[in-house]
Parts: sequence; structure tokens; C-alpha cells
Amino acid sequence: MSFISHLINGISLGSVYAIIALGYTMVYGIAKMLNFAHGDVIMIGAYVVFTSMTGMGLNPILSILLSMVVCTVLGVVIERIAYKPLRNAASPLAVLITAIGISYLLQNVALLLFGAGAKTFTNVVTFPSISLAGGKLTITGVTIVTILACIVIMVGLSLFVGKTKPGRAMQAVSEDRGAAQLMGVNVNGTIALTFAIGSALAAIAGVLLCSAYPSLTPYTGAMPGIKAFVAAVFGGIGSIPGAMIGGILLGIIELLSKAYISSQVADAIVFAVLIVVLLIKPTGLFGKNIQEKV
Amino acid sequence: MKKSKKLMCLALSAAFAVSALAGCGNSGKGSSSEPTYKIGAIGPVTGSAGAYGEAVKKGAQLAADEINANGGINGAKIEFKFEDDENDAEKAVNAYNTLKDWGMQMLMGTVTSAPCIAVESEAANDNMFLLTPSGTAVDCISGSNAFRVCFSDPAQGTKSAEYISENNIATKVACIYDSSDPYSSGIYQNFAAAAPDKGMEVVAAEAFTADSKTDFKVQLQKVKDSGAELVFLPIYYTEAALLLQQAKDINFSPIFFGCDGLDGLLDVENFDASLAEGVMLLTPFAADAEDEKTQQFVKAYSEKYNEAAPIQFAADAYDAIYTIKAAAEEAGTKADMSNSDLCDALVAAMPKITVEGVTGTITWAEDGEPDKEPKAVKIESGAYVAL
Repeated sequence: MSFISHLINGISLGSVYAIIALGYTMVYGIAKMLNFAHGDVIMIGAYVVFTSMTGMGLNPILSILLSMVVCTVLGVVIERIAYKPLRNAASPLAVLITAIGISYLLQNVALLLFGAGAKTFTNVVTFPSISLAGGKLTITGVTIVTILACIVIMVGLSLFVGKTKPGRAMQAVSEDRGAAQLMGVNVNGTIALTFAIGSALAAIAGVLLCSAYPSLTPYTGAMPGIKAFVAAVFGGIGSIPGAMIGGILLGIIELLSKAYISSQVADAIVFAVLIVVLLIKPTGLFGKNIQEKV
Repeated sequence: MKKSKKLMCLALSAAFAVSALAGCGNSGKGSSSEPTYKIGAIGPVTGSAGAYGEAVKKGAQLAADEINANGGINGAKIEFKFEDDENDAEKAVNAYNTLKDWGMQMLMGTVTSAPCIAVESEAANDNMFLLTPSGTAVDCISGSNAFRVCFSDPAQGTKSAEYISENNIATKVACIYDSSDPYSSGIYQNFAAAAPDKGMEVVAAEAFTADSKTDFKVQLQKVKDSGAELVFLPIYYTEAALLLQQAKDINFSPIFFGCDGLDGLLDVENFDASLAEGVMLLTPFAADAEDEKTQQFVKAYSEKYNEAAPIQFAADAYDAIYTIKAAAEEAGTKADMSNSDLCDALVAAMPKITVEGVTGTITWAEDGEPDKEPKAVKIESGAYVAL
């Protein structure tokens, strides 16, 4: 019974990683860059919801919508100011370092605006918990909503990328930016759209992350961001279903190793598993193995 | 407009006159006025830890005023001067030098650990007597010139174990601690070492690290399965706030017992205080304790500063000033002694004195560590209640 309970907790932690990983993988898949500031956009999104709910008394749905708008604008602005000028830089490292810089910038701005003190986030999910096996197992409402949100977003994104015109433009940009431009695809617009969608997802992830773990500080997004990045690589970065499966597996591995091996080396075990997976399957679980034509 | 300018002028000239007089008092030492004991103090009164320094400043000033009103130390009055360090080691050393220029003979400070470690190395070089009210890190009193009023980090572990066993709170205990943090793991190790001697069984010890300090469900589940009656939490309040929420989610309600790191739990913005109901923490001082000394101190403090009640830092500082008085009287010092001679005399006297303070009856070992009865408070309906 305790195994099942650990498993459920693992899925609940993993679903949070998964929803963050979706944003990572989306941006990487299309813009081919690691947006290390993603975790911090999540944190900003959570602060927007916190401030509008507890400070201004808005209702949760409106707060989440407001937060999505703020994050979308933030994501597009970051892309335009910090990433676009470096898109054709000689070294791909330039934009990676800029992303890390943006990450610190957002953390420090939040520190300035909201202070270092932790704030308790009000759970916005009113979905009831489910009790199983006579109350011995509980699945919290947040977990159910997070998993449902994950599936909806995953299916929605897959359909969007596969079936719609802007989605197909994304695929084209992802495969060959130069050729896409020659075929009349607006590359800048497409990448901006990718960031807009990724950042709107960050706002949702922020709300769900802070509903599951209701403590909000300027550093709230940093560590889950890195774990979600690992989850995205684990599942095969660029693959939308991969991000979800990777996130949930990561959560399960982390909690089971805490429960049955040691709570001190759980993180080391998670990363050891990642290394083994990457050694066997270098593109991750669901990664496409595209051969470069010479 | 004109009138207010005139008033301003008057006020300013009055201020100048007063400061000039005060200056006379200082420089005229040994001639017209009596010699005084110059006690300097350093702590943060601005910045993120500003509340701590502010409380120490007020608590110490109150003690100094009381002592002066009752005839001073060995017949000489105390002069007390406080400098701000903004909880920054470099600024603390600057403040120390400023106080030395002023003629400081003894240092009551500093308030926070990291600046205290920096100042202590300077003070040890100068052979300046140092008594920190609230620096808990072991290295705060590394030199032979330094003592402290509060418990050190490791002592909190031992004293917690002592308190839990002496008050028969629990016999089966579990710990959840941050293995990546020296404060938390230091307290845990000392607690775990002391527990078996006190008749307690540590049935589970679970750790987390700075990289995974949001999800405690597994640790809580294991602790719950181990059948622990009490969970010892030598962690900071930020993590504790999350942990208490998750304990409630799995219907786990043991006694939670923490150290000074939990102080501040009730100040987390938007925190549901009902989660902290019944949480106990080891702290030297509770403003609503019923003994006469505490009552007097709380009354005098709230009258003087027009505040609800002093926090533990004010109490530590209040005891620190009375400790200096007790040691100086034991050694029979004179106010015109140099800081080095004073230091030697006070260091020799410290292990011999017993101070009946508001944070307990305190005695000192030669290494500078205090020994006193551990006290605890319990959170009831969103407030600290003395036990």
C-alpha cells in the first residue's frame, strides 16, 4: 500500500515537472535554443496570480488569465530584446549565456519587487481530493488537475503543431530555418509565436506548481526549471509527448529512490538514471534521430 | 513658513549645544566628570535582518538605563553606543573601528552570526571583551575574549533533546532535516547523539537537500509509518511552512518541535496559522511567561518603546548588559582601565558568575558557551505561548 502511495506522490510531483517541461521542449524544438529563463517566467507568473488574488481580490480564473497575458508579453519581449539579436551569433553559446543572464535578472527583479520572504500561495484548484482504499490513499485535486492539464496541453500542442498553418510553419522553421524563409514563412513571427505559447504555458505551470507546493519566493522557479529541463532531455527534447512522459517518470524515480534507497542521494540517483538513458538512447526516450545529410 | 524656519533654527542650535556638551562630557573624562564604562554594540538596524538589531539596541539601552539609574557598575555609569552593520561582515568591521575610535572598552555584539565571526577576529587581536547576545554560529566566539548569551547551533540540538525528555513529551522521535545546510545538519547530529542518553528512540531520520526542498511527502510518509510521536524539525520556517501543509494533506499530526529557525513561521505572508497549531519551538524567551523578572522586563520595555512586546533578541541583549555588569562587579574593575586589562579581568570572572536573566539562569564555561535551562514555547491560535 505504501508503494502505491509513493507512486501516486511521484506522479503528482512528475506532473508538475511535465507541465514545465512542455514549455522547455516547445521552445527548444522550434527555436533550437535552451530557454533557461523558463523557470523564472513561471515564478513571475505565480507572483502575478498571487498579487492579483490576495492583493487585488480578483477571482482565480481572471488572475490566471491575467498572468498568462503578462507572461506572454514578458516571453515575447525577452525573445525580442535578448535572444533575437543573438540568433545568428557565431557561437550558439552566446544565446545560452544570455538566457542564464535573463534568469538572474528576473530573480533579482522579483527580489526587489516582492522581497525575499516566502509567501504562502492560495491553492486555486478547488477540485476535490479522491480517497481510495478506505482513506489510505489520497490523490489530491491539484494532482488530478495537473495531470489533466498536462494531457490537454500535450494533445492541444500536438494538434496545433501538426494540423494548423502556424503550426506547420513552426515545423518548417524547426527543420530548416533558411529554407522555410525561402518558402515564404515568417521566421521571426513564428519564433515569437513559439515564445508566446511557451510563456503562456509557463503561467499555467506556475499556478499549478504553487498550488501543489504553496511557497512562493523569487527562487521558486529555478530548481523545478532545471529538473523540468532534465525531464525534457530524458523524454527527448523537442518531442511534446516525450516531455510529459519524461516529467512523470522523473517524478516517480525521484520519489521511489527517496522512499526505498535514501532520501539523501535521491537526486544523485535521478541523474544517474538520466545518464544511463542517454548512454543507451542519446536522443532521449522519444527523440527523433534525424540524420544530417551532407 | 517663516515661523517654522525659525523653530528649525532654534531646534538645530539646541541640538548643537547639546552635542557640544555631550562632547565635553566625553573628552573631559578624568578631569571634571566621572569616568564611565563605554560599551559599544553592533548589529543590523536596517536591511533584511533589521528587526533583530533594532530589538537588541532597545533591549540593551533599557538595561543600561536601569543600571545607571541604580548607581551604575562599581559606581561608574555606562555609556552605550550602537552602530549599524546592515548584517554585512565588512560594514560590521567598519562599525567596530568607529566604536574603537569612540573609546569602546567592551563590545556587546554583534547580533548576527556572519558579521560576528568577522568582528570577533578583530576583537581577539585587540583583546577586546566580546559578548554576543545572539550570534549562534560556533565560530562567533572562537577567541578566548568572546562569550555568548544564546545557545550555539549544536547546543540547540542537545538542549532540545534534554527539553523533550525532561518534560516527557515523547519517547519515539523522528527527524526531518536539511542535509545540505550546516545549521540544520549540525543541530540534527547533536540531537541524534543526545537522544538515546535521554531515553528517546530516534525511529526515523529523513533528509532533504537545497535542491529538493519543496516535496516532503515521502519523508513524512516514512516518518508516519515509523510510528513517531514527535517530529524534530531543525529547519527554517520557509520549508517548515510547506512541510506542515503536506503533513496535513496526509493526515499526519504528531507533535512538531523546532529550534530558533522556526521563529518567523507565523510571519510568512498568507500562511494559514492553523497549520502551526501545537508546534513547539526551543527559544530562550517568551514574553507572556509568568515569572516576575520577565513580567517586569516586558512592562518596562513596552512602556519605554511603546511596543506590544519584546522579541527574544531584546531579551538576549538585556541579559547581555546585566552579564557585563555582573562580571565587572565580580572582577572589581575600574572604569578607567584599558580595554585589554578589562578584557583579562572580565574573562577571568565570567566562569564564576551566575546571571538570573530574563532568558533563564545562566552560567558560563571557559570556552564562552552559556549553560541555562532550555525553555520552549508552543503556538496556540496563531500566537506563541510560554510552557
